[in-house]
Amino acid sequence: MMGQSGDTAVAVPSEGWNYSPAPERTRPEIDSEYGLFIGGEFQAPQSDRTFNTINPATGQRLSRISEASEEDVDAAMAAARVAGPKWARMKGRERGKYLFRLARRVQECARELAVLETMDGGKPIKESRDVDLPLVAQHFFYHAGWADKLQWAFGGRDVKPRGVCGQIIPWNFPLLMAAWKLAPALACGNTVVLKPAETTSLTALHLAKLMQEIDLPPGVVNIVTGAGDTGRMVASHPAVKKVAFTGSTEVGRRIMEELAPREVPLTLELGGKSANIVFADAAIEQAIEGVVSGIWFNQGHVCCAGSRLLVEESILEPFVAALRDRMAQLRVGDPLDKNTDIGAINSSEQLDRIRALVTAGQEEGAILHDVQSTPLPEQGFWFPPCFFTGVQPAHVVAREEIFGPVLAVMSFRTPEEAIRRANTTPYGLAAGIWTDKGSKIFEIASRMDAGVVWCNTYNQFDAASPFGGVKESGFGREGGLQGLRAYVR
Amino acid sequence: MGGDRHPVDAVMLARRAASFTRRSIKSDSKQSGLRLAISMLDLTTLEGADSPELVRALCQRAIHPCPVSLDMPVPPVAAVCVYPKLVPVVRESLLGTGVLTASVATSFPSGQSPLDARLAETEAAIAAGADEIDMVISRGAFLSGRFDEVAAEVRAVQDICGQTHLKVILETGELATPDNIRRCADLVIEAASRERDLADGALFVKTSTGKISPAATMPSVLLLLEAVRDHFRGTGVRVGVKPAGGIRKSKAALHMLVMVRETLGQDWLTPKLFRIGASSLLDDLVRQLLWTSRGHYAAMHDVAVT
Amino acid sequence: MSRLEVIKTGKLWIGGTWSRSESGATFVVEDAKGQTVARCALASRKDSREAVEAARAGLPAWRDATAMLRGQVLYRAAEMMESRCKEFTEALCDAGMNLPAARREVELSVDRMVMLAGWCDKIHQILGCQNSVVGPYHNFTIPQACGVVVVFCPEEPPLLSMVTLIGAAMGMGNTVVAAVPRSAAMLGVLLGEVLAVSDVPSGAANLLTGDIGPLLDPLGGHREVAVMVSSGLSKSARTTLRLAAADGIRRVHTIPWTDADWADDTQTCSPWFLDQFVEFKTMWHPAGV
Repeated sequence: MMGQSGDTAVAVPSEGWNYSPAPERTRPEIDSEYGLFIGGEFQAPQSDRTFNTINPATGQRLSRISEASEEDVDAAMAAARVAGPKWARMKGRERGKYLFRLARRVQECARELAVLETMDGGKPIKESRDVDLPLVAQHFFYHAGWADKLQWAFGGRDVKPRGVCGQIIPWNFPLLMAAWKLAPALACGNTVVLKPAETTSLTALHLAKLMQEIDLPPGVVNIVTGAGDTGRMVASHPAVKKVAFTGSTEVGRRIMEELAPREVPLTLELGGKSANIVFADAAIEQAIEGVVSGIWFNQGHVCCAGSRLLVEESILEPFVAALRDRMAQLRVGDPLDKNTDIGAINSSEQLDRIRALVTAGQEEGAILHDVQSTPLPEQGFWFPPCFFTGVQPAHVVAREEIFGPVLAVMSFRTPEEAIRRANTTPYGLAAGIWTDKGSKIFEIASRMDAGVVWCNTYNQFDAASPFGGVKESGFGREGGLQGLRAYVR
Repeated sequence: MGGDRHPVDAVMLARRAASFTRRSIKSDSKQSGLRLAISMLDLTTLEGADSPELVRALCQRAIHPCPVSLDMPVPPVAAVCVYPKLVPVVRESLLGTGVLTASVATSFPSGQSPLDARLAETEAAIAAGADEIDMVISRGAFLSGRFDEVAAEVRAVQDICGQTHLKVILETGELATPDNIRRCADLVIEAASRERDLADGALFVKTSTGKISPAATMPSVLLLLEAVRDHFRGTGVRVGVKPAGGIRKSKAALHMLVMVRETLGQDWLTPKLFRIGASSLLDDLVRQLLWTSRGHYAAMHDVAVT
Repeated sequence: MSRLEVIKTGKLWIGGTWSRSESGATFVVEDAKGQTVARCALASRKDSREAVEAARAGLPAWRDATAMLRGQVLYRAAEMMESRCKEFTEALCDAGMNLPAARREVELSVDRMVMLAGWCDKIHQILGCQNSVVGPYHNFTIPQACGVVVVFCPEEPPLLSMVTLIGAAMGMGNTVVAAVPRSAAMLGVLLGEVLAVSDVPSGAANLLTGDIGPLLDPLGGHREVAVMVSSGLSKSARTTLRLAAADGIRRVHTIPWTDADWADDTQTCSPWFLDQFVEFKTMWHPAGV
């Protein structure tokens, strides 16, 4: 009887109902070449050297970026130093108003910036549009409001800005990391020399254009582009009164060593190998989603990625089966397609690193699960979402930060074992806990060696929520009241 | 997983449900999605003022949803759903069309009558020619923890239905929490499967009567889809799902289809396993369909001919 | 015939027991006139390792004790200090301080311990907070103990700085290894004796006396040490410490205070000093039914 109803052959093609391409059509204007942003103006580098920035989804060149030399960094520092006293003396309320203006401009240009971020970095437009850009705007709004309230943020203290801040940011959330660094520094009255990651300079440079538009006083923010050498010059420059770095633990360690002879306050937000612990009594559907966003958000290019999944042994098998099904739903491909869940790997170097670690995992005997429903594009850098089972804690894939869409699945039998396994890592950035039992959440959360603990959720970020790690994941917090601490003396 | 209980976190559930609404359904996928949605409609009228004349007109819409001819075929809807008294009218109007006759029963919408009376009403609807029965459960019994009572009434109605397909309305808006909705869905599916080999699509779980708000919200439908998927994983039996109530716009219908596709897979994208209970939704589906094929919007008077 | 004085041998306080240096080395503590007051154990690299291990082993018990209990233990220490004021004063005078100054430092030190004791169950309310995030989540940031904290005590003011650094570290729930310079060794021993009878669980506080220089690298390089707080170290010593800390990305704080600063309660008992002894943890949880 039912068979006669609604002739479905009419409605749906035989291969099923599939999503047509849904490309984001906005195209931001991209200059053919970008100078360094020093003293409120874009300037040609004194080095005369430039490098390409490419779209990792196509491999095509988007623009040419200036490589800052020592002289350029000197000039940026000088501009920041000159602008410092007036910016520091300015009434907090007025300083805040510049940040409010900037927040508004970011909102107004959100679509263009999101597309630019996706083109330059490879992340899906869905994420740059719905996560990165709203958070960027929120960071400026949130910190704008602190500028005239610092005396209450630090009760009993008359706080002052530190001076010129050297800030070095990574390529995984280019504009968002710029906002995380700039907003608290500026709110507290500091001036800044910012060094974006070499593969993702574009959105920071466009942010500089917005700063010009809102008449931010020249020199308050200076942006020097380049690679590791430029970053080292920024961090070790004698004019710098505070250094903030987000990136790998390896580079963070080098910065610590380099700054060891000096009394320069430092905050570091480094790598991670965060554990996502799923108990048998958890809300399983939501836990699956948490695992998915924990490791496959932003291609796994997330310092706090939940890259180690610890599942209670009694549910391991069905959980892994469900995860596999869910993984098969992820859409890998053109980052500018609005339905893409996983975009391009940021660079060929990163792709090589992911491949090498995955190969190492297979050689050590872990079992790779990799569901690939659609073929990967031929151009650009791609890696399908995957996970390993049969992982031993000593395996490379369980210990090393992969910074890619690769999850290591392990199991545990008792809460003590879960805690021990979760904490057995030199890192300590984040942890996830999934259980329906309140008292278990509090106990385990308090015993996680981690700066951020997501309970029955994962990978949530907010300007008001302090973020940062313990152990080799770095020190200092960004966001919230505690994030202001590093920018005052 | 984790025993019989499936706890649900409301916030993360809502977050996941919202993620389906971020899918962008354009061009071909939109056109085929709209037609698919039409083919899944249980075109419904459940008003005290329903008249044979109005119901006949509704049946014509069900058979020919699009009043103008397009360069693509527009399928008929899946079923017309009415009160038992109007079943003969529907039956007669739909004869030979393939569109099914569905009847609410068991003292719809409240279920607040003695079980005997509710069963008698079901018998009458089937006798009058209903192909499908949409029953309500005793929400009061569920909320007070008398789960066996709910299971028993489902099984009693099922006994009367025989080969007639059964849709069980949970009235998710009255169940209040996601935990309850999931538990109730599991309870109904389990009761209907006990000692019986359910054929694919013989049983549907349905969100709402349409008389209570909130009705077919994305999270509540997702809970039903998940319950159905877990049952399938355990038994290989495909239970159907029917959101009903409050789905008025094409966009909402397409979101539902996205959610079905990504939760249960392509297999469920058929009227045999997924229905949408609605009345005014058809107008918007047709309007959107006209737009995708003609490039401009139709006026309501072009499409709403009932 | 006058009575022969019994000269004390100061030992290292590690893991709740008094022990000689593993190396067997000692040094003489003399008073201002050059008379031998005591001999103290000269802490070696191995002793420093033992001390860190003891502090690590003692961490769960001390960190997880209720804040009220930790406060009571520190207050108990203040009581014991008060009852041994005379000894502390004499030790300060032996080290060359005049009597009024010595009395004043002892009083300040006792009061400092009281003040820190009172912070134990309140600091979370000052440093912690709830964060209003965009979405239905409870989000709060809480200060927690860092773990094992090593404090390098300055020569001046000998007792007050030691009490402040050890009390702050312990008050925030950390276990502590204090490296005490030769000039303050007897004060360190006395403070150890006070803590030993104040219900401090074993390993919660550990005291090493001797030369700081040779201990910088072993203490700084020990990866179980979470935080190093120093005061009065030379530039090269600070560099050594920070280089050692880079392995493991561990925290190093330098306290640049003068004598007047150490005496200033508004600085030394400020949350903005104590926050160097805590780690912030941010917790998220959805809020919904």
